[in-house]
Amino acid sequence: MKAVFSLNGALHTADVPAETLLTEYLRDDLGLTGTHIGCDTSQCGACNVLLDGQSAKACTLLVATLDGADILTIEGLGTAEALHPMQAAFRSAHALQCGFCTPGMVMSGLAIAARHGPDVSEETIRHELEGNLCRCTGYQNIVTAIAEGARAMAAANRKVEPA
Amino acid sequence: MSPFELLRPRTLADALAAFEGDSAWLAGGHTLIPAMKSRLRTVDRLIDLSAVPGLEGISVEGEHLLVGAMARHLYVASSAVVRTAIPALSVLAGGIGDPQVRNRGTIGGSVANNDPAADYPAALLALDAVVETNLGSHAAEDYFQGMFSTALADGELITGIRFRIPEAAAYAKHPHPASRYALAGVFVARFAEGHRVAVTGATMGVVRWPEAERLLDSGASLEGLALESDDLSSDIHASAAFRGHLAGVMLRRAAQAIAKP
Repeated sequence: MKAVFSLNGALHTADVPAETLLTEYLRDDLGLTGTHIGCDTSQCGACNVLLDGQSAKACTLLVATLDGADILTIEGLGTAEALHPMQAAFRSAHALQCGFCTPGMVMSGLAIAARHGPDVSEETIRHELEGNLCRCTGYQNIVTAIAEGARAMAAANRKVEPA
Repeated sequence: MSPFELLRPRTLADALAAFEGDSAWLAGGHTLIPAMKSRLRTVDRLIDLSAVPGLEGISVEGEHLLVGAMARHLYVASSAVVRTAIPALSVLAGGIGDPQVRNRGTIGGSVANNDPAADYPAALLALDAVVETNLGSHAAEDYFQGMFSTALADGELITGIRFRIPEAAAYAKHPHPASRYALAGVFVARFAEGHRVAVTGATMGVVRWPEAERLLDSGASLEGLALESDDLSSDIHASAAFRGHLAGVMLRRAAQAIAKP
């Protein structure tokens, strides 16, 4: 089935079997392996992407239903030389250890910053992170990073758009 | 996943006409797709409802709040209409699952699935709601028929939920810390003629709690009350006795939230 959507700012046409999940398509067909598969049961959030500006689990989306959608993956954010402010905040706050959950955490951080702005409270961040599991950090530095990233995005007047 | 045919109808009429044989409706997909991935469920035909217009609206009509079947949880949680008419419903929707689930999941999907620990069924039962479908309507009282079982016929499609607007209502739940499903969730609603109390998560399916309703109507103390039932669930997460106790705690929290000063 064909679906035409925006992927990281570029128009993209997918032609896939109906049962193709977005995680499979991104990773296996396009080589965009920044979107991780953690649990594959819609719980861990390692596969988070932004779908029309909202965080969504790519392992629970059928590509063929995404016609007309706007999809942003971790690859659409920044580069190693020019990190997105939310990525930079994760680095400066030491918000990762093994890094497996990090792409999903960053995408959730973006959604939190976009929805709640630079003054988002720690309580709100923790509530909004309930769909992201991290088994290394204990979340403390991730919460700190998202608060910092939200402030940095506002200061840089940076929205959630592809780099 | 096993292969299936996927249709994306653009009208309600086309969607209804597409249902034949081993078909399933795809709403938000946050229960159905995981079930299909784990092969608990296979279908020959999946009918995606996301391109069908007119199923997601929220409005107040007289004494009722009407929520379209495709209204996603985030939309219900943040709707000014819901917050004004039934603030407890907005709180409930804002506590379902996690943000990604709330961004995609729909009220119609949740009600059609009737998970015994889902949040919405408690609201429907306590708010004396009506499930509206393409074939007619079902009173919540008759609609929920135990774990994952409902009055829906094969191919019958929920179009919206009609809630009675109460004088006051509150929902309190103790979520499972990983899944956020209710270990026990209690919805208390006060109407002119009395209270209605519904419990989700604690038993094999959503139930009214007549004793709690009687005590609330009479203004008697709820102290020490626990849910007693032969149908209390017991699993690795919580024993039957603990769930019954939790239902009492959640009842007292919800009752306190709507107590008259």
